[in-house]
Amino acid sequence: MSILVNKNTRVVTQGITGKTGQFHTRTSREYANGRSCYVAGVNPKKAGEDFEGIPIFASVKDAKEKTGANTSVVYVPPAGAAAAIWEAVEADLDLVICITEGIPVRDMIEVRDRMRKRGGKTLLLGPNCPGVITPEEIKIGIMPGHIHKKGRIGVVSRSGTLTYEAVAQVTELGLGQSSAVGIGGDPVNGLKHIDVMKLFNDDPDTDAVIMIGEIGGGDEEAAAYWMKDNMKKPVVGFIAGVTAPPGKRMGHAGAIISGGQGTAQAKLEVMEACGIKVTRNPAEMGKLLKSVL
Amino acid sequence: MKIHEYQAKEILRRYGVATPRGVPVFSLDEAAKAAESLGGKVWVVKAQIHAGGRGKGGGVKLARSVDEVKALAGQILGMQLKTHQTGPEGQKVRRLLIEEGADIRKELYVGMVVDRGTQKVALMASSEGGMDIEEVAAHTPEKIHKVFIDPDKGLTDAEADDVARKIGVPDASVPQARSILQALYRAFWDTDASLAEINPLILTGDGKVTALDAKMNFDDNALFRHPDIVAMRDLDEEDPDEIQASKFDLSYIALDGNIGCLVNGAGLAMATMDTIKLYGGSPANFLDVGGGATAEKVTEAFKIMLHNPGLQAILVNIFGGIMKCDVIATGIVAAAREVKLGVPLVVRMKGTNEDLGKQILKESGLPIISANNMAEAAEKVVAAAKGKN
Repeated sequence: MSILVNKNTRVVTQGITGKTGQFHTRTSREYANGRSCYVAGVNPKKAGEDFEGIPIFASVKDAKEKTGANTSVVYVPPAGAAAAIWEAVEADLDLVICITEGIPVRDMIEVRDRMRKRGGKTLLLGPNCPGVITPEEIKIGIMPGHIHKKGRIGVVSRSGTLTYEAVAQVTELGLGQSSAVGIGGDPVNGLKHIDVMKLFNDDPDTDAVIMIGEIGGGDEEAAAYWMKDNMKKPVVGFIAGVTAPPGKRMGHAGAIISGGQGTAQAKLEVMEACGIKVTRNPAEMGKLLKSVL
Repeated sequence: MKIHEYQAKEILRRYGVATPRGVPVFSLDEAAKAAESLGGKVWVVKAQIHAGGRGKGGGVKLARSVDEVKALAGQILGMQLKTHQTGPEGQKVRRLLIEEGADIRKELYVGMVVDRGTQKVALMASSEGGMDIEEVAAHTPEKIHKVFIDPDKGLTDAEADDVARKIGVPDASVPQARSILQALYRAFWDTDASLAEINPLILTGDGKVTALDAKMNFDDNALFRHPDIVAMRDLDEEDPDEIQASKFDLSYIALDGNIGCLVNGAGLAMATMDTIKLYGGSPANFLDVGGGATAEKVTEAFKIMLHNPGLQAILVNIFGGIMKCDVIATGIVAAAREVKLGVPLVVRMKGTNEDLGKQILKESGLPIISANNMAEAAEKVVAAAKGKN
């Protein structure tokens, strides 16, 4: 078991004909069961063609009908990415993973509003995220596969390379990951810490979780309050941006302290008060995790 | 992206928001001419910089004659205006807005931002206008009224009227307030704003509702569809190093410490700064080279960091995923040769092609201090910055 994706997931790549989509489809297909998992690509202008043997369809709906794809990964450039997400939602896939960075916030407000009003089953991960990996089964996204190892630790994070940092520490300690999930650094996104934490809580193959957050918003706090009453497994945490000054956007569109809200210090305090062990030293996320097992 | 008050007012007027009449000026003669053309007996001379708190800092003054307009313009134009948002060095005033005076009976606050929790645009309104809204939110949160706006419907008449009444707009002026609130929302939505604020929104002696001040920020990711807004950009208001960095797709923010950081990924970059602090040092900058760093980008990143005269050491922290460590190492070596470092350099590299990267650094013969993990890297760079090697 794992969360969100496993070796039985069937993936359609939206934006498979772009440079980024091609590169990451290739490396993801080379990972574990990728050969059987990556079943389709979408490009209305190239329907009927293929990308290195992966058939290309005119729409997500077509791809789903012809191949049984249940998950999509979006590499479509920012201006068209929200429309690509919506297309996957309308095709009733289980999960859409949007890697694209730089989508206008207004586009995300619109697509999230339509998703809520539609009330379908489709979950959204991202945008502006590294994706999700269930080690030794399937990799969907841009993370380096080789640092991962199959195991029983869940990882959830808003950032890419900082997730890799945590994953590598866990792997080096001889532990491995059940799934590692990047929820992305944008202010308006799909799955949040709390949603992923609920999935890890219910996953029989996850024993403990590393939760990594950063400045901005209140999602880490919301997850912490939920965990206080509901989480059955140990969780350790780190929040990036203790040194970030207010009013400055730290790379990610969502990483900004504004109106005195969203400081790392405040998040760490809430997490500690809710029974989560936190570290101020990102080099020690793995060690701290091991200490609570 | 930020714009000036007079530019925000231009946008809002297009949507039907009433504002005082005003003219942006760049010189004393223009200021005097503007006052004459506006007419009346009272004018306001307002410094145009991209920071709030201008009034308290002495950047907004009332004049009762054209000569006084000219004299005040002379005081304000060219001054280093210091506010709580500019930092201690202040911001040089290069533009002024000359406006007709207004008869203020009551000052209100209205603003819009994207609310992350509800994933909607939030209207915030308060009877406590003219003040720092963050103070109001901290001390009297009950005085801030919020509406989360449905993107399909926009701000409805009922919602707008309700908020207007709650912040103390008298019945006779509610229709005016409604149209201003709805116009503010349309302007926010159409322009892909990230912030739109009227503070204060005033009620005049004769019952009119008018935007006395205006502030708008925009979503950088949406600027591609707004060339008219991009044309309003004032580079004089931005940090030259940050502008230079953005040309190379580097995300750079100057801070006040002495240890430069070059990192891939925003989260890891923040975590690296935090680790430096944890080991007793102080970061000189935030710098995310992104996922697709080339040798050219790395060289540029070094140049930008080295502009900082207070720099004592540099820490490079790379987690190679898609980006390969050997590419970064080649970039570092090229940069170190081209820009003449002059400060100690600590490098921590991990991930894809790590060994190859380390070998390139070693064979370069450059005095690079290597570290195996973030903690060791931070410890070493803090020691190096203090001259303890």
